[in-house]
Amino acid sequence: MPEPTRPLVSGATLGAGRHGASQNNLADTVFGVLVWGSALAVTAGFLWLVGEIVVSGFGAISWEFLTSEPASSGRAGGISTILVATLGILGICLAVSIPLGLGTALFLSEFSQGENRMGRFVRASLDVLAGVPSIVFGLFGNAFFCVALGFGFSILSGGLTLACMVLPILIRSIELGLRAVPNDYRVAAAALDLSKSRMIVRVLLPAAAPGLIAGLLLGIGRATAETAALIFTSGYVDRMPESVFDSGRALSIHIYDLAMNVPGGEANAYGTALVLVGLLLVINFVATHLVERFVSGRIQSA
Amino acid sequence: MKVKSTDRILVWSLRAASATAGSLVLLILCFLVLESVEGITRVGAGRFLNDPGWHPSQGAESEFSLVPMIAATIASTIGAILLAGPVGVLAAVFCRFYAPPKLARAFRSIVELLAGIPSVVYGFWGLVTLVPLVRELAPPGASLLAGILVLAMMIVPTVALLAFAALKNVPPGHLEGATALGLSRWTTIVKVVFPSAASGLGVAIVLGTMRAIGETMAVLMVCGNITKVPSSLFDPVRTLTANIALELGYATQEHRAVLFVSGLALMIMIVLLVFVQERLQRRARLA
Repeated sequence: MPEPTRPLVSGATLGAGRHGASQNNLADTVFGVLVWGSALAVTAGFLWLVGEIVVSGFGAISWEFLTSEPASSGRAGGISTILVATLGILGICLAVSIPLGLGTALFLSEFSQGENRMGRFVRASLDVLAGVPSIVFGLFGNAFFCVALGFGFSILSGGLTLACMVLPILIRSIELGLRAVPNDYRVAAAALDLSKSRMIVRVLLPAAAPGLIAGLLLGIGRATAETAALIFTSGYVDRMPESVFDSGRALSIHIYDLAMNVPGGEANAYGTALVLVGLLLVINFVATHLVERFVSGRIQSA
Repeated sequence: MKVKSTDRILVWSLRAASATAGSLVLLILCFLVLESVEGITRVGAGRFLNDPGWHPSQGAESEFSLVPMIAATIASTIGAILLAGPVGVLAAVFCRFYAPPKLARAFRSIVELLAGIPSVVYGFWGLVTLVPLVRELAPPGASLLAGILVLAMMIVPTVALLAFAALKNVPPGHLEGATALGLSRWTTIVKVVFPSAASGLGVAIVLGTMRAIGETMAVLMVCGNITKVPSSLFDPVRTLTANIALELGYATQEHRAVLFVSGLALMIMIVLLVFVQERLQRRARLA
């Protein structure tokens, strides 16, 4: 949204009249201390958490660690099989959620303007889906993909469960990206007698591309971070998976297992945590910057 | 205008995609209900509350009391939101009204980074740092208190980011008016900004609560997982979510069904909170 004019009162000038109201001085100070204290607490927590993972995890990471198979339940060796399984689960998740998510987002932004009944139903149900706890996705994935469809504990079951889970965030961000495309583009395409489908492929999707990629990255981030939904769908076998029907252990589950069930697994748990956090920070950083660049770019051209 | 045939195919495939995405929630509900039925009919709903304890896999002598887990979920959620609610809102106030622009931007990125850290990493961090600290206060360390602290840390970013969005929506005229009246910063924020942003702040708290109820990994790793109603902050507890994560792997028959019942209970709580949140959101948009 473009800022119409500079606001007269910003954070810095707020309360400029406080000398006139001296009975509030004490309350003002106390409140200020609380506000700064909260900000400091959040920052301290962040530094403590990230510092702990980076300092203790750095020693465990090496090329060797990334490329060798885990040995003695993960205490020794590396995480190569874990990385492969994680990529497999992500691949399945994206192969299913991208077409579904893109289709739904296109429908919501281009074909259900106003108060369309189907649009309203889809939106409401996605709102609920976004709030469903990940362990409940795990229950559902186990009952539906593993048992009812007979996929068993496998990369396929895990990927499909994650696909259900990332759909709301994927759809919401893709839809935002599509809505940020100025309406002139659509009108111009219609004036040129382009069909709706050509308009979408040739005009809308290219124009919205950075927003779509950012949405995709957010989805990938959410899927990579997930643990609880995977324990009972993709399982925790740490051998190299040979097909999508094999069980495979994701990075996050590896951390959980090393920390809770493997005495002496702490060093490698730190290493794996650092790999996971590093990956996610990169993904989120790129996603937020793409979004900001995209949104400000739109405003200038509009 | 003539509708081209490719367009017709396109519209129908988009509709199909949306219908699939839209009915996922119903599919999930169906499967939860289907798998719970055996638990509710064979065990009986009353026993979830009245059985003396949780001993789910002992044949005819099995006991299925969910009370300890429900108590743990409620206690950890309330504790976490009592800590994270004020801290999150005040952090947002800091970002909006106190910090100089550069510091505000840096602080916001920190909060965004915290929001992106996976729950299993929070759990691991809690296990290696907080649990030993709590153990020094009162053994065993893995406890309700450790769970509350880790949960609070996890939901602060959620609350702060949403509260910040709510504060940003306060009309600039309100702030100008308050300044013109010579109100102090504290009075402006408490008497003008908070009432104006109340619904949006409510949304932030509700979404934080939802995350705390549904969180599994972090509490699973730091709470000790004993199925007893806690009598102090230092008692080990097991939440509903942790119970599912611990036992689904080997549960069969009634036991498995009861785990699905607890999943269904979680789902119902979340649906109710989503309704509250939408109410608040609509009111925030009108305000």
